[in-house]
Amino acid sequence: MSDEKFISIEGISRHFDAPGGGKTTVFEDVWFRIAKGEFVCMIGHSGCGKTTVLNILSGLDLPDEGAAIVDNKAIEGPSLDRAVIFQSHALLPWRTVLGNVAYAVSSKWRDWTKARIEEHAKGFIEKVGLKGSEGKRPAQLSGGMKQRVGIARALSIEPKILLMDEPFSALDALTRGTLQDEVRRICLDTGQTVFMITHDVDEAIYLADKIILMTNGPEAMVAEIVENPLPKERDRNQIHKHPSYYAIRNHLIDFLVTRSKTFKSEVPNDYDRRRPPVVRPQGQPQPVPPGEAGRKVA
Amino acid sequence: MRESNLGFRAGIVSIAILVIFGLAWHLAVSGTGPAQNIDPEYAKLLGQTAVQGKSAMPGPIDVLKTIWGHLKEPFYDRGPNDKGIGIQLAYSIGRVLIGYALAIVVALPLGFVIGMSPLMSRALDPFIQIMKPVSPLAWMPLALYTIKDSSISSIFVIFICSLWPMLINTAFGVASVRKEWINVARTLEVGNLRRAFTVILPAAAPTIVTGMRISIGIAWLVIVAAEMLVGGTGIGYFVWNEWNNLSITNVITSILVIGLVGMLLDQALARVGRAVSFPE
Repeated sequence: MSDEKFISIEGISRHFDAPGGGKTTVFEDVWFRIAKGEFVCMIGHSGCGKTTVLNILSGLDLPDEGAAIVDNKAIEGPSLDRAVIFQSHALLPWRTVLGNVAYAVSSKWRDWTKARIEEHAKGFIEKVGLKGSEGKRPAQLSGGMKQRVGIARALSIEPKILLMDEPFSALDALTRGTLQDEVRRICLDTGQTVFMITHDVDEAIYLADKIILMTNGPEAMVAEIVENPLPKERDRNQIHKHPSYYAIRNHLIDFLVTRSKTFKSEVPNDYDRRRPPVVRPQGQPQPVPPGEAGRKVA
Repeated sequence: MRESNLGFRAGIVSIAILVIFGLAWHLAVSGTGPAQNIDPEYAKLLGQTAVQGKSAMPGPIDVLKTIWGHLKEPFYDRGPNDKGIGIQLAYSIGRVLIGYALAIVVALPLGFVIGMSPLMSRALDPFIQIMKPVSPLAWMPLALYTIKDSSISSIFVIFICSLWPMLINTAFGVASVRKEWINVARTLEVGNLRRAFTVILPAAAPTIVTGMRISIGIAWLVIVAAEMLVGGTGIGYFVWNEWNNLSITNVITSILVIGLVGMLLDQALARVGRAVSFPE
């Protein structure tokens, strides 16, 4: 059973000082679990504390109440077991591509020789399709290439958990699609456990096994956990033909458009914060409304 | 092509300005011709200024001759009041470099502490704010009284004037390292010392070197004044000594040489600045 609650978020809350004095509660008493090898996305509007949840998982931030438990150990600080892919890629501009990845590798395996570190780093640079750009500096790379380096750096330390904070939101649509495909392939191949924050409903449907829905902040809460009804093997160009595709998509958009605001005032009677309701939208094939496919909801 | 063309044209204008200035200088100080009707005995007493109408100010050719003389023999030493300009410069540069190096040793670690600790930053701020605007020469009597050595006192003055820009820039550079770079190091479990050297130092280096460049400029300004005060050796003393000798050609030569050395020091730090800068 320990695999089922590989990551367990148990009643975490986070308060910040409000500008006029007093405290603002970003989110309160949040509970959810992530199983080993699962790809979980969190969706919610700006200000619901998604990034704070991710920072708590990474150990960069600590909850005011509750605990985040990974592999039966409470998170007390950052760890090499959990790699973060930052939205702004956060590459060190004075290091080359190889230097950036090697910095992470040498932090994890401190007794490795330089040659071994570089060989390991080069393997991951190749994996994200940047072979030949090892000697370039971040300033010479496009946005998509920078984020590839960020991904290679995160994967190179072979983390137990990959944490991604809207990693593709700053990229153009074409690059975003390619990178989603690659991240999905790598995570499937290695059985990587992933927690990802996104604004993009289609990205969540394409990538996630489970989608956690957060209500609007302040005092945000987990409204429900949506299980993705699509099969694990997905083809980006075919998923919209799956009978359940529009069921889940409409469910997510409904939530973002209306229920994220209203959920708190009409909480179901049997709602239990410790076990947020799990839903699995299933549907009959529906006619495809023209121009609807691929629209981004932010 | 366009860039090099501009450089070429600017060079021509520079040379033209130099030539016009030199000619104007030469004409302004040259004589108006021999004065008439003067008793030769009286003329001997009056000297060239009165007899030839020549200005007491040396002309560019006199200065060039003096410079040539110094270039031929920059390092001669004929006693305490007659040393080559090269020796005097070496004394000054040596003092500046020692004082400056001491300032680096103090300012960089202290700047790191101030930059990393908001507490220390607040606590030391009033001291820095009061000490920074003090003219470095105001420290001279105190230094002479406590150190009792004029040469070391001038090194101390260089130290104290180089300290502030480096200290303030290091603290600012360290404090404004991007949070995301720090977070990268934190998620990689990089220890404090390694983080300081592999993330904070390279990220703050351009700001730190800017402070060092300001410092070397100030140090070179101050050494001349300090050596005029304490005397003995150095280019500042040389200028004052030549003023006492009424050797204006040597004073002008010194001005040129001081400017040249100051420029070289500044260019050296600019080069360091380029080496540590990174495009984002």
